Amino acid sequence: MKDAKGFIAARVAKELKDGNVVSLGIGLPTQVENYLPEGVRITLLSENGIVGEGLMPSADDASSYVVDAGGEPASVLIGGSFVDSAVSFGIIRGGHVDVTVIGALEVDEEGNLSNWIIPGKKVPGMGGAMDLVVGAQKVIIAMGHTNKGAHKILKKCTLPFTAIKEVDMIVTEMGVMAVTDKGLELVEYNPEFTLEQIQAATGAQLIISPNLKRMAV
Amino acid sequence: MAKVVSVEEAVCLIKDGDAVMIGGFMGCGSPHKVIDALAKKGTKNLTVMCNDGAWPEFGVAKLITSGQVKKLIATHVGLNPEVGKKMNTGELQVELIPQGTFAERIRCGGNGMGGFLTLTGFGTIIADGKQVISIDGKDYLLELPLRADVAIICGNKIDPKGNVWYRGTTRNFNVVMATAADLVIAEADNVVELGKIEPENVVTQGIFVDYIVNGGNA
Repeated sequence: MKDAKGFIAARVAKELKDGNVVSLGIGLPTQVENYLPEGVRITLLSENGIVGEGLMPSADDASSYVVDAGGEPASVLIGGSFVDSAVSFGIIRGGHVDVTVIGALEVDEEGNLSNWIIPGKKVPGMGGAMDLVVGAQKVIIAMGHTNKGAHKILKKCTLPFTAIKEVDMIVTEMGVMAVTDKGLELVEYNPEFTLEQIQAATGAQLIISPNLKRMAV
Repeated sequence: MAKVVSVEEAVCLIKDGDAVMIGGFMGCGSPHKVIDALAKKGTKNLTVMCNDGAWPEFGVAKLITSGQVKKLIATHVGLNPEVGKKMNTGELQVELIPQGTFAERIRCGGNGMGGFLTLTGFGTIIADGKQVISIDGKDYLLELPLRADVAIICGNKIDPKGNVWYRGTTRNFNVVMATAADLVIAEADNVVELGKIEPENVVTQGIFVDYIVNGGNA
């Protein structure tokens, strides 16, 4: 599809409620704030030290004193504040973040997540991901359904875990899946794909929700 | 009273083999002048504790490129390819710690606490070798304090007592690191007169700071 990332981000945005404290991971999740439903205002946390992060500043007013969690120039909204890392992660571990949206290398039907290391190949590190996924009230994985055809949604992750049993929902260009005690429940599907195609692109057995809806943004 | 010293004098306080905490997040809020002087001096076999490996040729990355760092304790090194290269050749040991755990372990180190319990990392390889303590049915990892021989921090305004005010997101790890080392060097973007930082606005108290370097940025 044309703008899969924008489509995924727009669908994730519908999960956010007015007043939520939200953390958005680097990459696709950052786009979620561009699609907030009308009347929904959120407080964005940037774990390096901003409570109430604003929009990306233009190059002109970018201050080297304010960066986001990717180290890129950032801004703070009026009414926002700066915190040190210990306070920031106190906010995170303390359950004060309502929703975190993050990407995955692999995610599985038990809600386990792997997104910080490919042993022997790539070792970027976990940064704040382990704390965010454990601490946030709701964890949404936003990502492409497969990695160029290779399954990313699995029965069991093969890469080292970021956290176990913390993922609540997976949103991809193909559909929306809820992590349940029985496994992954497909609750919405993108009508551009058949259910067979979605299952074939998934490395775990999908439970088709009795209330299956079309994915709309 | 903290002592104002030249940057050259400051780096002489750091010895070969020292464990050094360096503040900053991707170089934002890092003590760049002191890092440059340390790179120039060539102090070796350092164990550096810093959130990240920064960007190539920026901040703490300079010490990694120059081969002065024996071990890097960090949370994220993915944006500096030099770290991965040196890890693969065995020139650099890297220990990765979840960011919140990194901050809190340093806070424990500076606050006289024997450690803390966190849910972060349970069930992952981070838990290997760590004690698990169950409280109210939840399994927590016991994480131990982190301290260093020297902490190098950076503040925007520092007065002669060593009181520090930070601008923007530069507080990051500077605040906790200032409490957790035997010797603390604070680089000031501006050294200001006593009284220029209102007591309400002092973030790091001067009692934590031993030496001040005038970075003279702006």
